[in-house]
Amino acid sequence: MFPQDASLNGHRIDELFWLACELTAPAFVIVVAVLAISVVRFRAREGRRASYTKGDSPRALGLTLGLVLVVFVGIDVNLAWHDAHAFHELFEKPPAPDQALRIRVLAEQFLWSFRYAGADGQFDTADDPTMTGEVHIPTGKPVIFELRSRDVIHSFCLPNMRVKQDALPGMTTYLYTEATVPGRYEIMCAQLCGFGHYAMRGTLVVETPEQFDQWMRERNHEFGVARAE
Amino acid sequence: MSEPTSFLRRYVFSTDHKVIGKQYLFTGLFFLLVAGLFAILIRWQIAHPFQPMPVLGHLLSSDSHGVVIPTEYSKLFTMHGSLMVFFAVTPILIGAFGNFIIPLQIGARDMSFPVLNMLSYWVYALGSVAVLSVFFVSGGAASAGWTAYAPLSSSVKITPGFGQTIWIVAIAFSGTSTLLGAINYIATILNERCPGMDLMRMPLTTWGFFYTSILNLLWVPLIAAALFMLVLDRTVGTSFFTAGPLAPRGGGQPLLYQHLFWGFGHPEVYILILPIWGLLGDLLATFSRKPAFGYRATVISMGVIVAVSQVVWGHHMYTAGMNPILGKTFMFLTVSISMPTAIFFFNWLATIWGGAIQLKTPMLFALGVVFVFALGGLTGLFNAVQALDVYIHDTTFVVGHFHYTLAASVFFGMLAGIYFWFPKMFGRALDERLGKVHFAISFLALNGVFAPMMVMGVGGALRRLADPSHYELLRKFSTWNQVAWWSAFALLGGQLVFAYNFVRTLASRPTNVQNPWNATTLEWATSSPPPHENFPAIPVVCRGPYEYSSPAVADRDFIAQNEPALEGASA
Repeated sequence: MFPQDASLNGHRIDELFWLACELTAPAFVIVVAVLAISVVRFRAREGRRASYTKGDSPRALGLTLGLVLVVFVGIDVNLAWHDAHAFHELFEKPPAPDQALRIRVLAEQFLWSFRYAGADGQFDTADDPTMTGEVHIPTGKPVIFELRSRDVIHSFCLPNMRVKQDALPGMTTYLYTEATVPGRYEIMCAQLCGFGHYAMRGTLVVETPEQFDQWMRERNHEFGVARAE
Repeated sequence: MSEPTSFLRRYVFSTDHKVIGKQYLFTGLFFLLVAGLFAILIRWQIAHPFQPMPVLGHLLSSDSHGVVIPTEYSKLFTMHGSLMVFFAVTPILIGAFGNFIIPLQIGARDMSFPVLNMLSYWVYALGSVAVLSVFFVSGGAASAGWTAYAPLSSSVKITPGFGQTIWIVAIAFSGTSTLLGAINYIATILNERCPGMDLMRMPLTTWGFFYTSILNLLWVPLIAAALFMLVLDRTVGTSFFTAGPLAPRGGGQPLLYQHLFWGFGHPEVYILILPIWGLLGDLLATFSRKPAFGYRATVISMGVIVAVSQVVWGHHMYTAGMNPILGKTFMFLTVSISMPTAIFFFNWLATIWGGAIQLKTPMLFALGVVFVFALGGLTGLFNAVQALDVYIHDTTFVVGHFHYTLAASVFFGMLAGIYFWFPKMFGRALDERLGKVHFAISFLALNGVFAPMMVMGVGGALRRLADPSHYELLRKFSTWNQVAWWSAFALLGGQLVFAYNFVRTLASRPTNVQNPWNATTLEWATSSPPPHENFPAIPVVCRGPYEYSSPAVADRDFIAQNEPALEGASA
């Protein structure tokens, strides 16, 4: 059901989903079973009266509170606990900027543009390689995407990495991930941004470190030469 | 007050809550049909991207030859959502049922403020005219989604149409109408109850309306403020919600709009479902011939949900750029709603367990609500969980989830209410056989529309995409989209059965059965339809609302709330 997972921590999302299924499925089965049994067993028949119970006895109260406790501990706390761990791994452990590849993402109707720091390691210099629609990242290295928008709110969505983050005008938001499987993956815009929203597609190219270094050298050269001219 | 005799005062500018309720009902049903047809067009486009839609497609624009082009698609889902929420569901549930039922169930002659009540309908009617006019202005209807996130909605550079501005004003009209209604309902329920009708003897339906009105009273002003700022941004060039290059003279904060919108928007979800929860209490008891189980626990749980529903809005904004710590708080508050919800389910199931169940049409729809709301409620947990939501946020999984709660549960609840109270409203009952056919088709088709959304959403399908097949990742879902389309078509067909039943019954001879379901609550203690000012004499209530199968009487299985005290019967 899930798209291919090409990231270090994406499996945690999938596991969380299946955990939520395991915890909620019994509740659903019980509801459907009681509905079905009641409709068959307790249909109105000649000569049978419904039982006169109001559910205000101490026993009913005890059952109710017991159910609340089961739901609270078994589902709520359980889910929140597992979620806290997954969330921590995916979103609360930002890599140190010098350990990570930083990429600036600019969203606008209906285009993704990407900017690397270039040979000098500094953004906003003339040698920054920039490209639209396609971004390359290596496997095995954390990547920090710095997201901005020129117009409306967009959302940088990488289904194969199991993450997304809104890009807003007037502020910068951050998303980080680490790829593990080389390949070409789709980038989607997840926030309605206008008529062309559906076509705001980009490509995430995940390469081995060697391939990526080679590609980056070529880009640095290309944009460095452009500056020299 | 004597009954007005002129046609205009009697049927158009009436202050009688029953007439106003019917006005809301008919207007709401009209919008339900319009917004439903939009949904059909949406499902067609997703299943057959950019192929001409027979018949309906040609109504869109003359130069697209029946094809739902992306600009039209944005308008369709925007208008579908906003018409459904603000012009169909709210008016039918709260406007029609609330108006018609509250005074009858509490034994009152009318609302506390009958003129205000009339005004609330006419404000809604004005809003209806405004919202329909957007289809005829240049640039066409609103297209920024029913959520109208800024700056997409607030910037005239981005969304230039005049329709978007009118739409904002129309939503404000709808909100104002709801607000006026809320004041009236709260005042009526607190002040107009007949002798003996203690708060804890009120039917659960009335409790639902009471709670819903509190939320409306508190939170409609919030969305009004947001809409006001939105209009200023669009018309006089303020930038409350615009930032970055679009706001050269200094930016506002787009996230502020989201906080304001969801600060209202999440309570709104409960505003729509609370009347259904209340209704279920009445219906399950009546058709199981058994007292509603855990009445007091249900009332308290509803109150808890009203309280908590006001502090969970942030779960719509996990990916918006909010502090993660804040997100955790919202998550925990959100999942905690599962506790009072579990009490509802326990009480509903315990009500039918051991009953003498009569599978009449209203009961079928009520049982249908229990089923679809179980699916909708449980999938809510998936969305509430922060890390998982980052992945499924803005996917069709979310759309499936809130359609199970808001569309399926509310739609079935609404139909249950219409079948149940139709005899009271119009003095004749809808046909049972057609009703059962209507239920069977609706139940299967509805799940056929919404279940595929969930499956595709987990697979990464985003919502609001005019053509999902633009993405390689989503092409594998074409079969599911076909299932959803044919189910939507079947759902529409099922509603034709209902429409036929509705019109045919209205045209038939009244039977004037006072209490066709042998129910206990006060609306059944007067004739059908009730006379002007409802009761020949104000009833006196002697017991709780659900005295079914009481051992105090042997010859029948119910004791009405207003029957004089019987020896041995519990209060």
